[in-house]
Amino acid sequence: MVVDKIKKRETKNVNNKKSKIDIPIGKWVKCEACKEIIYKDFVRENLSICPNCGHYFRMHIGKRLELVIDEGTYKKFDLQIETTNPLGLEDYPKKLKALREKTGLEEAVACGTGKIKGEDVVICIMDSGFLMGSMGAVVGEKITYAIEQAIELKLPIIIFSVSGGARMQEGIISLMQMAKTSAALTKLDEAGLLYISVLTDPTYGGVTASFASLGDIILAEPGAMIGFAGQRVIEQTIGEQLPEGFQTAEFLLEHGFIDKIVERKDLKDTIHKLLILNKGGKT
Amino acid sequence: MKTEISAWEKVEIARNPNRKTALDYIENIFEDFIELHGDRGFRDDKAMVCGLARIENQNFTIIAEQKGRTTKENIERNFGMPNPESYRKAIRFMKQAEKFGRPVITFIDTKGAYPGIGAEERGQGEAIAKSMFEMAKLKVPVIAIVIGEGSSGGALAIAVANKVFMMENAIYSILSPEGYSSILWKDSSRYKEAAEKMKLTAKDLYDLNIIDKIIKEPKKITNENFKKITENIKKEIQSEIAKMSSLTKDEIVNDRYQKFRNIKCLKEIGEEENVIKK
Repeated sequence: MVVDKIKKRETKNVNNKKSKIDIPIGKWVKCEACKEIIYKDFVRENLSICPNCGHYFRMHIGKRLELVIDEGTYKKFDLQIETTNPLGLEDYPKKLKALREKTGLEEAVACGTGKIKGEDVVICIMDSGFLMGSMGAVVGEKITYAIEQAIELKLPIIIFSVSGGARMQEGIISLMQMAKTSAALTKLDEAGLLYISVLTDPTYGGVTASFASLGDIILAEPGAMIGFAGQRVIEQTIGEQLPEGFQTAEFLLEHGFIDKIVERKDLKDTIHKLLILNKGGKT
Repeated sequence: MKTEISAWEKVEIARNPNRKTALDYIENIFEDFIELHGDRGFRDDKAMVCGLARIENQNFTIIAEQKGRTTKENIERNFGMPNPESYRKAIRFMKQAEKFGRPVITFIDTKGAYPGIGAEERGQGEAIAKSMFEMAKLKVPVIAIVIGEGSSGGALAIAVANKVFMMENAIYSILSPEGYSSILWKDSSRYKEAAEKMKLTAKDLYDLNIIDKIIKEPKKITNENFKKITENIKKEIQSEIAKMSSLTKDEIVNDRYQKFRNIKCLKEIGEEENVIKK
């Protein structure tokens, strides 16, 4: 029910050729916020932020790693898994295979270890380019495995969320990943380890209602849309239009559900500072 | 298995406004039920009923999603769709159950957590996440019983249990068949087909190891046969609690943890059907 809101936003920029995420193919890109046509390299050099209006484009895993992890320090966990297609949908395995080939991603999340300004961390980064970052069994298992590795290695964990919610194609199995990841976080909590959850645009549904909301510290990017129910579902339920700014990161900050909004250029420094400040009583 | 009821028919049975609600079950299964109110933060949300009760000399904490039995009651109870304060009330009672060493019994019956402005303002996502988080670490036995509609995170929020029972004609799913067909196929008219595909029946979920026990029920529940049904549930609760009574607190937590940890339906990439699933 959450995905429809995101779908709606995506249809706005159909003239962006095929890819709606991050930077589309071709030399030019249209900003969905200010509608300006901008030279692609300018956006890329500007941390995937529109140089005209400051709108945040969605970031691929590779760009996100570049942004926060020290160069050459990322080591991904070796977990070669895929779904058994529990609902037996005919086209789902084919769709996954095609997506893997097209995006070069294994799934909607990448997990591993790396350094942030020299500090060791476990890092998970979701990608909206893979079935809208939806959580099926692979995403649930990889996040859970990453949490277990953080406990094993006694490291803090940082999860960058972007997701439409639980993945429809795997039905109840996707739903159960919410419980699985949340339960894994109880073990991290008992081990006294730090979890920083970073919410990026958009984070919805079963991801908001599980690990993304359970960080010791929850950060968000400016303007990111974050919520449980999708906006269209809410509008249909209550029969009225939603107020301006509803479900933005700023709205969540105001209502006390996130700790801080951090600009993309400051993310690495802020996370590093938080890692240092959370190292027990003394540094 | 005898006369087959289709998945869609089960959806209709589960949603029937005359179907027995959580309070009907509670009153028949337990003695001395006393409802206690409030999340101590915002208000008392009547979509969730919490309280204490006993079976013989065993005390329990009860947490239940409650639909209305009349239109008036349905309005009061928001048609069984909890707001965040419901889950925060549930958490309060879970923690008390642990403090006093009482097992927790939850009843699942909801179309989903309420999608409203206030619900979002008060952190619906956080409330559900925190409920699962707290439930996962409870040091007392937890049994969840899906009695009607178990839809989406709003249902799972109070279903992180050691044992999950499910009424034969109840449903438990990622969301409604209507929502599923509209999201996946962009066609909300294919809801019947979605219901068949989604594996939302007790039988399908038992085969997937999502639930542990199917509670038999006749096609139509009446006041007469309901006694027999609830008597059966009572016995099943007693039997499961007896089995868990030999476990230590850590074993109880671990038993529940492993149950959800092992929900995978995964295989190695490229492997044909060498399923790692439970």
